[in-house]
Amino acid sequence: MDEKTLIAKRVALELRPGNLVNLGIGLPTMVAAHLPAGVNVFFQSENGIIGMAPVPEPGAENEDLSDAGGSPIGAVPGAASFDSAMSFGLIRGGHLDVTVLGGLQIDEEGRLANWMVPGKMVPGMGGAMDLVSGAKRVIVAMQHSAKGTPKIVKRCELPLTSVRRVDLIVTELAVIEPTDKGLVLREIAPGVTVADVLAQTGAELIVPSVVPTMPVGA
Amino acid sequence: MSKVRKLEDTVAMIPDGAVLMIGGFMGVGTPPHLIDELLRQNKRNLTVIANDTARPAVGIGRLIAAKAVRKVIASHIGTNPETQRQMIAGETEVELVPQGTLAERVRAGGFGLGGVLTPTGVGTVVEDGKQRIELDGTVYLLEKALKADFALIAAKRADYLGNLEYALTARNFNPLMAMAAETVIVEAEDIVPVGVIPPDSVVTPNVLVDCLVAKEHRHG
Repeated sequence: MDEKTLIAKRVALELRPGNLVNLGIGLPTMVAAHLPAGVNVFFQSENGIIGMAPVPEPGAENEDLSDAGGSPIGAVPGAASFDSAMSFGLIRGGHLDVTVLGGLQIDEEGRLANWMVPGKMVPGMGGAMDLVSGAKRVIVAMQHSAKGTPKIVKRCELPLTSVRRVDLIVTELAVIEPTDKGLVLREIAPGVTVADVLAQTGAELIVPSVVPTMPVGA
Repeated sequence: MSKVRKLEDTVAMIPDGAVLMIGGFMGVGTPPHLIDELLRQNKRNLTVIANDTARPAVGIGRLIAAKAVRKVIASHIGTNPETQRQMIAGETEVELVPQGTLAERVRAGGFGLGGVLTPTGVGTVVEDGKQRIELDGTVYLLEKALKADFALIAAKRADYLGNLEYALTARNFNPLMAMAAETVIVEAEDIVPVGVIPPDSVVTPNVLVDCLVAKEHRHG
């Protein structure tokens, strides 16, 4: 299993039947393909639909139906479409159960930076600031390091997305839960040791006496 | 009385330097022929309020590529390297706004509100220069309303009076912007006789619409 698939599979275990879920573009999008059997959720795309699905078959694209990246999508029976104020009312108003986002940095207080690298990359925050402010549960799905540099750091140097503490961090090495006491190492990936995780983390981790392995099969 | 007008005449009303709200999300729900005609008439120094600038060859991205825009107010420019280049080079002013805040600022402009209080952006660079208001224990930012001279709207169907229906994710900012501009110009995929769109299906009521331009078909 490659690293991104492992992360997507582990994040998918966090979703509960009936949840309204928003997946960020890139790695988080992969979570949709790894839902456990019997877990049916509704996916929101912030450009204005609940009930997004893959395009049913080639040739069935609809030019008026796309995801937040502009790529064609389908819609499940029971889908609903709406304008951008409604879409962000759902997000900011506490109606969204889970958002899964990518990350550039997370610090010891569980604060996320994921929308710009000053002087280099200025994509804009899009919906990320509203998603982190308003979702009931914020899960960050990202690779543990960027070209050998830890992404989990003492204090974010990059501009923050929100001061809200995120709820869970899932990487190819570990599951980490930000708490009011600090970052707690909850699980390690198959074949990974606690020492491996500590070596690739730029922040203090609280390590419980027992750290189980992620419950993800091949 | 029909509001259908010629594309050229409609776009000719827009002066250089105008403030435009343009509907759409990555080009989906952006009125294509209105963009074509803005380019053909070589409009300059526009201020564009929109969710994003799509890609260089798509929708609002074509206005950016043609250097028709002086200032952009948007939530996301990451898919358009040319917008980022112009911003970093100081050729185009870019104000980045969280997407939900942008939607609410436009809505406030159209709904007669001075602005909104939102928790989004508190403690980030978005807060710079804004008033912070604590209300019942929660901290909010005061985000001011946005208005425009013209709104360029894409609709699925219009009747001749200007009642509008939208399609799926092509709706996005369009109904909000149709409330927030002095003059509202609509490019509809279909223009149908009055009465064909049932009252319950009308999302934007006709009184908001000033001009209609047909995208493809006309009936009746």
